[in-house]
Amino acid sequence: MAAIEVSALEREFKGGVRAVDGIDLEVQAGEVYGFLGPNGAGKTTTVRMLVTLLRPTAGSARVAGFDVATEPAQVRRRIGVALQEAALDPLMTGRELIQLQATLHGIAPRSVADRGDELIGRVGLSRAAERRVGTYSGGMRRRLDLAMALIHRPEVLFLDEPTTGLDPTSRLTLWEEVRRLRDEGTTVFLTTQYLEEADQLADRLGIIAAGKLVAGGTPAALKAEVGRPHLDLVLADGADLAAAREVVASFGDRRPASDGCHLSIALEHGAAEIAPVLRALDDAGFAVAELELKQPTLDDVFLEKTGEHLEGGDEPEPEPAGGPAVLG
Amino acid sequence: MKAAVLGLARRALRNSARKPQFLAPLVIFPTLFLALNVGGLERTTELPGFPRVDGFLDFQLAAAITQSLLLGGVAAGIAVALDIEGGFFDRLIASPIPRVAIVLGSVLAAGVIAVVQVAYFLVLGLAFGAEIKGGVVGVLAVLAIGVVAGTGFGALGVMIALRARNASTVQGIFPIVFVVLFVSSAFFPENLLSSPVDSLAAYNPLSYIAEGMRQPIAFANEAGPFLEGLAAAAGMTAVAIALSVMALRGRLRDA
Repeated sequence: MAAIEVSALEREFKGGVRAVDGIDLEVQAGEVYGFLGPNGAGKTTTVRMLVTLLRPTAGSARVAGFDVATEPAQVRRRIGVALQEAALDPLMTGRELIQLQATLHGIAPRSVADRGDELIGRVGLSRAAERRVGTYSGGMRRRLDLAMALIHRPEVLFLDEPTTGLDPTSRLTLWEEVRRLRDEGTTVFLTTQYLEEADQLADRLGIIAAGKLVAGGTPAALKAEVGRPHLDLVLADGADLAAAREVVASFGDRRPASDGCHLSIALEHGAAEIAPVLRALDDAGFAVAELELKQPTLDDVFLEKTGEHLEGGDEPEPEPAGGPAVLG
Repeated sequence: MKAAVLGLARRALRNSARKPQFLAPLVIFPTLFLALNVGGLERTTELPGFPRVDGFLDFQLAAAITQSLLLGGVAAGIAVALDIEGGFFDRLIASPIPRVAIVLGSVLAAGVIAVVQVAYFLVLGLAFGAEIKGGVVGVLAVLAIGVVAGTGFGALGVMIALRARNASTVQGIFPIVFVVLFVSSAFFPENLLSSPVDSLAAYNPLSYIAEGMRQPIAFANEAGPFLEGLAAAAGMTAVAIALSVMALRGRLRDA
């Protein structure tokens, strides 16, 4: 059974900005679904609709079997949510927040103690549980946010960019926890702008750009779809890049260069073409300073589908007019 | 729902206690105002038509309590606005609790804080020579009106926060609080107010709330002013809670 079913989902904000533009996707129960895209692509807007914080302007979405627009209360009972900014009350302690979250989910105080302790220990906050959240680091806040989202054992967990801004250690800790949740059978909908995170964690991926889902599938399948490895070359200083591009044009598609002497080619016939490329450049009088053969990455998939590198987009997502808006 | 309301009220109370700069203005400012009024306007009691009281402090205590409770409403609104600004409010509305519980949690906390505010001013008054003419029953009457009114002012603050969605706008209503209070009979008897303030005061629920509390403090226990004060406080509270819930529903509907 699908844990999340989304059909032609749209969200248009006042002023005509369409942050999400007709998304269709399906997430199976028990899988980690990565929602990959740059800032401003529509990831957070999609999540806010799926967790009933924002009303879709068109299309439909069902989460844990319930419609987000017509059955929001049923959806809320079955989901856990850790939003992009870990919105925690800095005046409360970690344990107090866990207890409050349990109360909000109707868990009796006497049964929350063990579960709270278990979760606090699980996210490595046992020693900090009695401290006010205002004293926590960013990583500790994210881990507490995750623990709070899990207090009622949700069927579907939404993590909106859970590792943005975290140090590598905190990021790895959260990755471990996501893997553990998958092993336990929790469906996880994870948005990220990090290629490695999507590659490491997601069973399946959806790639979103400018509000549209441009690709979907397993990371391996998506990379295989792009197929060809590419050769990155750094020419010696002073080389005429335009002329060098003409020389290698017959070997495959040129790819956007990152700087003035960097040439990248998606090889038509794979690694076997490295030697012919170098020979052709040498014959034309170009000296190659560095070369690297790269296998396709998710960034290549993104580039293939959108014509841009993932790192390129950094437009902030539009805020709903008059502040955040929610479903009743 | 009961557990959610109690849990949210407990959080609001705990946070108020942990942030003294939040609570202190509720009593400090009205205390200073009370001291200035009593110190500088004591002879007001000699004006023709001024009711016979033992001292101006006895008369002004109810005004200070009302002023403090109004500021409590502003504080309740700021707390909700800060939750909205900081994103904590999203956490509440993403949880499966009934929406009304979010409003009631804050409002209940304002009611509990009102007990402290009323008690503080009564003790302060007694310490500086005031006499609660109505005795223990009078104290209970003042508490009853004060708690209901404090709850209502809290609901008004929450309503404004839900509509404004930012703390600075809620803070901006602070001067309006004084305007509304000055066009009531909280500080001076209605018969000594000039037109049109006297007419406005006759329709201002704050007049009835302040006079309902003043009666047992400065005069004697009397059912009429008490019931009028309680009715004004209860009516204002019912309307304010309804407006708050409507503000929340409107916010959700407009999503």
